[in-house]
Amino acid sequence: MAQEAVYSHRDPMLKKRDDFEDILEERRNSSDLRYALRCYTPVVYKELTLCKSGELRDLVLQSDHLRYVITQVSKETGADADEVQGEASAILEEMAHCLQLSTVRFFAFTLTKIFKTLFRSICVNEEGIQRLQQAIHEHPVVLLPSHRSYMDFLLMSYILYTYDLALPVIAAGMDFMGMKFVGEMLRMSGAFFIRRSFGGDKLYWAVFSEYVRTMLKTGFAPVEFFLEGTRSRTAKSLTPKLGLLNIVMDPFLKGEVFDVTLVPVSISYERILEESLYARELLGVPKPKESTSGLFKARKVLSEDYGSIHVYFGQPVSVRSLAEGRVNRCQFNLTPRHIPQRPGEEINHFVNDSAFRLVRAQEENMVLKPWVLLASLLLQNHHHGQKGGTALEELTEQAVWLRDLSRQCGAFLHWPEHAPPSEVVSSSLSLHQGLVSISEGRVQLALEQAGGQGGPEEKLLNQAVVVLSCASYRNQALHVFLRPALLALAIVTSSSNNRQEVYNSFSFLRNMFSNEFILCPGATVQDFEEACYLLVKTGALQIPQQEVLITERGHRTLAFLTSILDPFLQGYQVVCRFLCEEATEALTDKQFVPAVRKFIIKHLLTGTLRYAEALSSDLQKNSLAALLRLGAVRRVKGGAEQGTLKVNKVMVNSLEDTLGGKLPTQKAAAARL
Amino acid sequence: MASNSSGGGSDRQRTAQQRLSIIAGHLQRPVDGNPAILAEECKAQESKPDASSEERRVPRRRQEIMKWNGWGYSDSRFLFNKKGQAEFTGKRYRLSGMIIPGLKDWMEGTFGASLQHKAPATPILNSNAIQPPNLHEAFVEELKSTGIPFSHDAEDRVFRAHGHCLHEIFALREGKFGRVPDMVVWPNCHNDVVKIVELACKHNVCLIPYGGGTSVSSALECPHEETRSIVSLDTSQMNRILWIDEKNLTVHVEAGIVGQDLERLLNESGYCTGHEPDSMEFSSLGGWVATRASGMKKNIYGNIEDLVVHIKMVTPRGVIEKSCMGPRMSTGPDVHHFIMGSEGTLGVVTEVTMKIRPMPEYQKYGSVVFPNFEQGVACLREVARQRCAPASIRLMDNEQFKFGHALKPQVSSIFTSFLDGLKKLYITKFKGFDPNRLCVATLLFEGDREKVLQHEKQVYDIAAKFGGLAAGEDNGQRGYMLTFVIAYLRDLGMDYYVIGESFETSVPWDRVLDICRNVKARIVRECKEKGVQFPPLSTCRVTQTYDAGACVYFYFAFNYRGLSDPVHVYEQVEHAAREEILANGGSLSHHHGVGKLRKEWMRDTISNVGMGMLKSVKDYVDPNNIFGNRNLL
Ligand SMILES: Cc1cc2nc3c(=O)[nH]c(=O)nc-3n(C[C@H](O)[C@H](O)[C@H](O)COP(=O)(O)OP(=O)(O)OC[C@H]3O[C@@H](n4cnc5c(N)ncnc54)[C@H](O)[C@@H]3O)c2cc1C
Repeated sequence: MAQEAVYSHRDPMLKKRDDFEDILEERRNSSDLRYALRCYTPVVYKELTLCKSGELRDLVLQSDHLRYVITQVSKETGADADEVQGEASAILEEMAHCLQLSTVRFFAFTLTKIFKTLFRSICVNEEGIQRLQQAIHEHPVVLLPSHRSYMDFLLMSYILYTYDLALPVIAAGMDFMGMKFVGEMLRMSGAFFIRRSFGGDKLYWAVFSEYVRTMLKTGFAPVEFFLEGTRSRTAKSLTPKLGLLNIVMDPFLKGEVFDVTLVPVSISYERILEESLYARELLGVPKPKESTSGLFKARKVLSEDYGSIHVYFGQPVSVRSLAEGRVNRCQFNLTPRHIPQRPGEEINHFVNDSAFRLVRAQEENMVLKPWVLLASLLLQNHHHGQKGGTALEELTEQAVWLRDLSRQCGAFLHWPEHAPPSEVVSSSLSLHQGLVSISEGRVQLALEQAGGQGGPEEKLLNQAVVVLSCASYRNQALHVFLRPALLALAIVTSSSNNRQEVYNSFSFLRNMFSNEFILCPGATVQDFEEACYLLVKTGALQIPQQEVLITERGHRTLAFLTSILDPFLQGYQVVCRFLCEEATEALTDKQFVPAVRKFIIKHLLTGTLRYAEALSSDLQKNSLAALLRLGAVRRVKGGAEQGTLKVNKVMVNSLEDTLGGKLPTQKAAAARL
Repeated sequence: MASNSSGGGSDRQRTAQQRLSIIAGHLQRPVDGNPAILAEECKAQESKPDASSEERRVPRRRQEIMKWNGWGYSDSRFLFNKKGQAEFTGKRYRLSGMIIPGLKDWMEGTFGASLQHKAPATPILNSNAIQPPNLHEAFVEELKSTGIPFSHDAEDRVFRAHGHCLHEIFALREGKFGRVPDMVVWPNCHNDVVKIVELACKHNVCLIPYGGGTSVSSALECPHEETRSIVSLDTSQMNRILWIDEKNLTVHVEAGIVGQDLERLLNESGYCTGHEPDSMEFSSLGGWVATRASGMKKNIYGNIEDLVVHIKMVTPRGVIEKSCMGPRMSTGPDVHHFIMGSEGTLGVVTEVTMKIRPMPEYQKYGSVVFPNFEQGVACLREVARQRCAPASIRLMDNEQFKFGHALKPQVSSIFTSFLDGLKKLYITKFKGFDPNRLCVATLLFEGDREKVLQHEKQVYDIAAKFGGLAAGEDNGQRGYMLTFVIAYLRDLGMDYYVIGESFETSVPWDRVLDICRNVKARIVRECKEKGVQFPPLSTCRVTQTYDAGACVYFYFAFNYRGLSDPVHVYEQVEHAAREEILANGGSLSHHHGVGKLRKEWMRDTISNVGMGMLKSVKDYVDPNNIFGNRNLL
């Protein structure tokens, strides 16, 4: 069992990662049917006490916890206890999975067919699989895959089936239930369904949490869920949701199991199936309800080449080791453990920190393809106004430079070692034909083609689809550059190269962007040091004593790094400007995104804003969240059902200025008070 | 236990009755005499001691009959004979003189120990290795004038410098001695103690009460920061029963009497206290009071706090005692509870009045095999819920079940192989019983015959509901007999690189299974992390049931070959195990006490205010820290 901290590397270069093996290769050379029907005998938890779904349901319904809540609810509502009990069974019925091997075999068969046409390869780190197998035997296991596609959980189960590992039970959003047939199929392949929001519903929460806990405690099956809560439309990791993590840690914290093992899994797609779907969604084309036909409308999707998928099973993380020295488990000694209690401050902090560390562990093992670097470069070149695109040779030179930089920063980059760089570049470009255009040896984003016939606004939005799609690839590499980039930006915006001052700027920016990127709470100093370390190592900076100096060759690195954050920086600024200039007294939460979008379109059309990325509702919501967190905007619960936003214009204004480097960070800090 | 275990239910009772008539004469005097006067009288002045109590009396020079660097009597020990078979020497115990064929395999299999790899103890106590005594001359002079015997002989001092923690015994085996008391005094009665305490206060000498020396909490260790002269106050010579009151069923006893003598003497008059800690051969009444001890048969007789009616303790402030013997009082916080568990930090318990019961008419052992530990615990819980626990009920986990089997002596008249075989068949016949999961509960019933049989049926009926099968009296009896020899086994282990110890806790019912699992797993994991080369033995048993929870005992031992500082590793693992216990809702101690070993957790256990309360009592009673063993606080 891995005892080392989830994320603790000072020098990311030193990270050792496993090799991959393509699991489709064997499928291409042998019978799919035999594969689907082969004997399946997974290793199970050594103290497994329960094997049937029916028993599981009984255990849940008869649990002390649920019985307690049922009595409580019946007292509060005056409803008959039997009635509440009935409600509880109904909830469980609606929620519960019913894993059936036959369905799994069906999926094994059909998915093989589909995967073989869609993907060149599905690469899995076998050592990770071995670690997982061991972990499943030793302790209850929770699988935590990253979430970028609908495909994720089918893919996970598919891989586990392939390696003869215990199939997980998966927490899935209720939206899937809309798709009747698929919903039931998924249920039979191990999914269970939770309503998206059940805020105050005690009974629902009790059934749900007891269901998950019981599966863990009995070792019924590994539990799988997405820390990020939902698919990331931007390919950036999302701020983790804590509900389920809280639930799966609970049996350990309360001593009901010796340990729980968390296994972060990083799934990276060379090309995401939902690519343009996501971009449209972010631009405000309403999210298509997850309906069966919707999923399969992507039929044309099936005829394209989606490159390869890399699935990396990370080091198992012991909850026990995470909690060591952080949580005093005695706090649970004085109340019967089946009585539900709100987790205290200490637990909340602990779960939150753990969640961030786990998401970072996911990020670290995401495989980056050369295209990710190309997308970053093409976007930057575009914004720097390079007309007519970049010459292929130049792009290749830039890519090689960036390859080396990203490796020094610890990127898990899969760059074919033996092919000449020009070939690597051209083959990467060809896989993403929809996003780039190449003519006369020059490469640029395929904006002209995307523009279409409509008016300027429509044209703008269509082009934005390409930009956002491209950005989603660049975003895959963001976690690699994030800390150095924040430092680069801090150096540029701070008025001197005094180390302390740079740190202040860094800290301000980091704070500002902590809803946008995965930044572990309370780790400002570590992040700063890591960033300094990396930039000194790459030769971009020198940090003698109390100064931070840019070297000769450092300018290129810093220029790249600041550019990578520029769209966000400007995006946040424009949101601030909107709030100062146009927010009315009655601006509601609901109105915020459409209103700010309108404002941004205006600025893009007049040319006062360069970055179409600012149109991303994700960025807009994140910046609002940051402003709310900083207290520059307050949400006032009005008499109406939704809250209105009260803007502290002085403060928003000064934040905007600070972001733009017009105000030193101390002032912004003062304004906050 | 040496003498008591030789009788099964009925013959024990017969002997007792015979004795009763013979010895009735001895007791005439105490029973009829004036208790007040007797208590004042010192045995030192008695010319002719009572013959029957003399035969078992603990001598001043304990080393004459007991080991100086191991457990128990010198004549009794486990060893591997020339044939490589395990054997238990001596004549005192039922196992004495027997061959235990399975033990070698068990030791090799469980620990990876080997007869080839021996770690013998230093054979003789080398007096030169012991620091010369730091005597307080004026104190010694005045003590001399009182006529109370004392000694500063090295052996006497070493003997009183330790209890039976692993690190204490390990150091002795290596011939290493830390700070030892500078002298030993043997008061003969309450008044002697009063004099000694007065002198100690006058001359600022540190006193450490010493009862049976069975402490397993480092309570007897001399604090190394102590610079004053340390005097060990050995209570062993204060061992008389002063009177028996048959109307109220109480006995008034000097606190130095050891358990086996107290029971034997009371049995002679047809009574018993029923207080039987596993250490009762050697531990003393005063020690029990000072540590809040618990006996195996507490379900019938109660723990020490239930048994005690009156206590007399000599403190630097004077003597504390209650003015009457009312069975219950509402007079503010019970001052007895300052004394019980004080671990020698406040004064010396000199005399105790205890409840007694007529000896039980009938005793019956029993045992039940369960398919797994979970079922066993569920059964014990149900027994407790119905408040029908037998005198003793203990549930061994699978490892201990196997261990019990390894300790089966070679077939002899007492251990009927026939029945054993039958039982084996019985168990294996039932397919559901996985030999690697099943566990056993041992039972002891006491009372009048009819009731015992009725009670027995009730308990077996409950057991059946949890899949338990009756597994015979024999298995049960052997289980209890082993409790007295098991302490000897640790010495054998140490001869072959195996070290270990037991520790205990009490825990609410709903957490029993969790704590057992987690603590055992923690031990295994810590051993691995600390570089122990062999898998440890990590097992537990539930030894007492209460309305609201149970007492759980853990045994932990490992083969330390390849480790440079095994005791340190041992201590780290035990420390981690204790943290695990606390994190799982277990208590710091059910009966072993705190001593110095578990002090660090006291504050968290009883809160700041609680600590302050105890501290203020200490400050008032003993402002100069005369009772300076530094336990508890
Ligand atoms: C093999 C074994 C089995 C055990 N089984 C049990 C068991 O079943 N139940 C149980 O409760 N304990 C058990 N113990 C622990 C131990 O026997 C008890 O703590 C016992 O009460 C100690 O008595 P003692 O006379 O040996 O005291 P000691 O070990 O001599 O002293 C223990 C502490 O009490 C103080 N003390 C002793 N006598 C007096 C006195 N007269 N006045 C004031 N302070 C005094 C000492 O200063 C010391 O701090 C066991 C120990 C061993 C080694």
